[in-house]
Amino acid sequence: MQETLYPLLRWILLAPLAGFLLNGFLGKRFLGEKGGGIAGSLAILAAFILAAVSFSRLLALPPEARLLRDVMYSWISAGTFSVTAALRFDPLSAVMALIVTGVSFLIHVYSIGYMRGDKGYNRYFAYLNLFVFFMLTLVLADSPLVMFVGWEGVGLCSYLLIGFWYEDPEKATAGRKAFITNRVGDAGFLIGLMLLSALLAAHGVFSMDFDTLRQNAPLLSSVTVLGMTAPTLIGLLLFFGATGKSAQFPLYVWLPDAMAGPTPVSALIHAATMVTAGVYMLARMSFLYDLAPKALEVILVTGCFTSFFAAVIGVAQRDIKKVLAYSTVSQLGYMFMAAGAGAFSAGVFHLATHAFFKALLFLAAGSVIHGMGGEQDLFKMGGLRKEMPFTFLLMAAGWLAISGVPGLSGFYSKDLILEQVFVHGGTFVWAMGVVTAALTAFYTTRLMVLAFLSGKRGHGHAHESPLVMTLPMAVLALLAVFGGYLLHKKLFVFLGPAYAPGEGTAEGAGRLMAISVTAGLGGIAAAFLLTMPKTAAALRRAMPRLHSLVYHKFYVDEIYGFLIIKPLRYVSDKVLFGLVDSGLIDGVGVNGSARASYAAGKLLARVENGRLDLYALVFAIGLALMLYWVM
Amino acid sequence: MELLTNPLSFVILLPAFLGLAIFAVPRDNAGLLKKFALLGTLATFGVSLKLWTGFDPASAAMQFALDKAWLPSYGINYSLGIDGISLLMVLLTTFLMPISVLASFSYIKEAQRPYYASLLFLEAAMIGVFAASDLFVFYLFWEAMLIPMYFLIGVWGGPRRVYAALKFFIYTMAGSVLMLAAILWLASAHHAASGAWTFSMPALLGAPLAERLQFWLFAAFALAFAVKVPLFPFHTWLPDAHVEAPTAGSVILAGVLLKMGVYGYLRLAVPLFPQAAAVFAPWLAGLGVVGVIYGSLVAWSQKDMKKMVAYSSVAHLGIVMLGVMAFEPAAVAGGVLQMVNHGLSTGALFLLVGVLYERRHTRQIEDYGGLAKVMPAFAAVFMIVTLSSIGLPGLNGFIGEALVLFGSFRVHPWLAGIAVGGVILSAVYMLGMYQQVVFGPLRHEENKALPDLSLREWLYLLPLLAFIVLIGVLPNPFLRRIRPAVDNYIALSRQHTAPPAAVLNLGYGTKESK
Repeated sequence: MQETLYPLLRWILLAPLAGFLLNGFLGKRFLGEKGGGIAGSLAILAAFILAAVSFSRLLALPPEARLLRDVMYSWISAGTFSVTAALRFDPLSAVMALIVTGVSFLIHVYSIGYMRGDKGYNRYFAYLNLFVFFMLTLVLADSPLVMFVGWEGVGLCSYLLIGFWYEDPEKATAGRKAFITNRVGDAGFLIGLMLLSALLAAHGVFSMDFDTLRQNAPLLSSVTVLGMTAPTLIGLLLFFGATGKSAQFPLYVWLPDAMAGPTPVSALIHAATMVTAGVYMLARMSFLYDLAPKALEVILVTGCFTSFFAAVIGVAQRDIKKVLAYSTVSQLGYMFMAAGAGAFSAGVFHLATHAFFKALLFLAAGSVIHGMGGEQDLFKMGGLRKEMPFTFLLMAAGWLAISGVPGLSGFYSKDLILEQVFVHGGTFVWAMGVVTAALTAFYTTRLMVLAFLSGKRGHGHAHESPLVMTLPMAVLALLAVFGGYLLHKKLFVFLGPAYAPGEGTAEGAGRLMAISVTAGLGGIAAAFLLTMPKTAAALRRAMPRLHSLVYHKFYVDEIYGFLIIKPLRYVSDKVLFGLVDSGLIDGVGVNGSARASYAAGKLLARVENGRLDLYALVFAIGLALMLYWVM
Repeated sequence: MELLTNPLSFVILLPAFLGLAIFAVPRDNAGLLKKFALLGTLATFGVSLKLWTGFDPASAAMQFALDKAWLPSYGINYSLGIDGISLLMVLLTTFLMPISVLASFSYIKEAQRPYYASLLFLEAAMIGVFAASDLFVFYLFWEAMLIPMYFLIGVWGGPRRVYAALKFFIYTMAGSVLMLAAILWLASAHHAASGAWTFSMPALLGAPLAERLQFWLFAAFALAFAVKVPLFPFHTWLPDAHVEAPTAGSVILAGVLLKMGVYGYLRLAVPLFPQAAAVFAPWLAGLGVVGVIYGSLVAWSQKDMKKMVAYSSVAHLGIVMLGVMAFEPAAVAGGVLQMVNHGLSTGALFLLVGVLYERRHTRQIEDYGGLAKVMPAFAAVFMIVTLSSIGLPGLNGFIGEALVLFGSFRVHPWLAGIAVGGVILSAVYMLGMYQQVVFGPLRHEENKALPDLSLREWLYLLPLLAFIVLIGVLPNPFLRRIRPAVDNYIALSRQHTAPPAAVLNLGYGTKESK
């Protein structure tokens, strides 16, 4: 593929890095609150503008030569292993870079208002800038190892921001849980890369940039490892990493807890950008997955299950952010279903629209929480439609978009995914997707009814948020409404044949569409009916067990604690440290041999007791033994 | 005169001389003693920079070589020389010394003159080990190193210092006695074959040894070095020594002394007995990986910060051993770089524990909590060092770990795959400790007025932070300098003096790595 060297790319990264350094080192002393927020936002605006400039440069190139590269320096080089710090800007990374910088900028601006008066204000913007730096590293990286830098880096920032209010141990613990769960996935990701690198090295391929990988991946098809083809195993390992970062089963458990962080962080990191890294990574490595149909099946099933499972849990949550968190897990499941069906670009499309409407929903939820002085319990809200009219209106746009109301962004992308899944994934998976769509509409509507539409339950007066918060929401609302329509044709042409949805659209696509739209509308209607206080209470009474099971998220955290963490803790405390280290090695082995030599010394000392008869006896025995030996 | 004009020899003699000269300073003039020790170690570091600038990165030969006849009738020469690997080790030593001195200023209150003298003698001996090209000289420096370290732990250590010092001493002694026997045996075997006495390392390389002899001699060396690394299950002296040692002692112990073991494998055990090494290497790598998982799990259950860091060292050095025993260029280079990284980040961790200990006189994790509020700068530095220790990309630890893992995966995929498990576990225990110490509410009244980092503390932490970031972003200047030495090591490891046969059939045979 033709490429154009374009050294501007590094500045897309360096702008947020500069913002981080500025706020991190000088923030509190020199910038203060106002300056810190503005500097942080400007850094991201700069990155957005630079990304847009690069984008226009990319568009000016003929479609087959749309690749800008920036080779910075040789990062690691030892033996035959080398990694070059290089960036690439092709249609896929361009789309991601624009989403990341654009949504980030809006959320930075929103944060100026949301975080006002917080004593960690500069620290907050420093972390947020650092996050954007790592996220852009992930997106623009030209090799999986540089991508891994961003991959781990965003995990770090997520950790720091979830535990932002560190004095609350629960929040700090949530941050640690996120980091460690992510690392479990990262281990899979790393082993996948190690396997990829080692197998290619065996074929004499040592470079690991994406173009080289794409060209040489077919070499691996004939290799069998652990009873499966190499691309399948590598694909599964990388996907395991994705289940961590993108909160899929079985590693999704950190994301709901991650809501402990400030709400704009939930919007940016835990909805719009970082959690989509797994989807992006699959799209980036699509050439590998094209060789690994078995891995795609696993991805399809995992995505489908996660999407359904999380939607069910979302139905029964009381915390407004928890509802949205499970919704995010569920929507990410859709993206993985798309990837599993081989329709990577449909996944990226949903990634984009989801970034718009879910960021919007989170920011609106933040506005509600802000307006209610920190209240997050839906059952204590109600009637906010009158008190927060702007927020209500903007959030309604997000609600209708995620519910798949025709014409809005969620409709286009979800519909496309379901259509692709129907063709490539089978009827059952498709049907699950449709049921999930209904559930999605249901829980979002329930949220809207409880917070805005039903009668006022709490006391105290909520206030509308300032313009600095509502304005970014308004921009996102516009995107949530029109984004799908604007993008749905152009995006695929731009992403190019490599990422185009699988061949052939379903016969009777119209009928499929009608079914999924009906499901969405049905979900909305059902929610209106069932959230009426009387019916809801009756429902809970009718199925107390089921409600409790769902409300407690199927006890998955407890099961993990019981099956993994407790036994591991026991092994490390009691078996390894208590028994092996202190008891066996140190106690019996080291101190034991010390005691033994001491005792031997004592014993020998006793032999020399001055009694000549004993000496004579020993002498005689010794002599006898010697004679026996000699003869 | 050559002893003084050769920069390598001078770097050894300077701290040794200063260690004697410090006795000219009045014993109760604490200020002057501190200044003397600090300037002395700084001067040594300054001189050692000459080794870096004058070093030819492309050459595999021993540079700054010196060869002076000492006991000619036994073929013992005072011969020195460094390749890229020893260069990094020497510089790590001279770099950590002024930091250790600076960290002792308020910690050490009694018997300061012998204390700083011990540090200076220790420095000379440590550099001597890394610079020696003669087995006899190597052994002398190796043993000489033990004495000041024994005193550092035994005199200036914590409450159980005598037990810890004795354990340290006997443990290492037991290993090195075996090594001495092996050295003498090797020299006499060479004498028997060639009729000449020599202890010169290059001359002894490739000495034709019977397989069975190679096997026993390697075992003796390997055991001595395994104690020093420390490899599981020879590690239990380490936690005790660390807990009782003063801060500077821990920094040097973790930063430099633990490298002696791996360095011994790189310089002696493998090149001298390649055939036996080929048989043992997978097992040593395997013990390294056991150490990674075992050390991490045991670290997780520690309540004393120093003990936790000590067990994390077992895990880190396990990674190093995996790399060094893979005989694969990237893995070995990663192992060597990881030795430096471990010296920096674990050194920094011990310094940070020392910062807390000097304020509160406790190392129990549960005595802290919420420090971010009163010591924000400390919290930030601690965070960066923690991240370096758990191998976050962009910082130094990642480079070494990634090279070891990617490189050794080509040779021992299962071992490397399991070692990745250590990557997860390191985050579990390190972030767990960080959270309990730094986050949460300020639970203890005594912690509410703790002062943040002082200027002196910044002074010794900043250089470490600088290298933690620098190696993470720009590792190549370091990797380039060790490349010829690494290639040489791998070439020597393949040089079988006798046809490979089953000395000890362990199911692996002699596995060649390509």
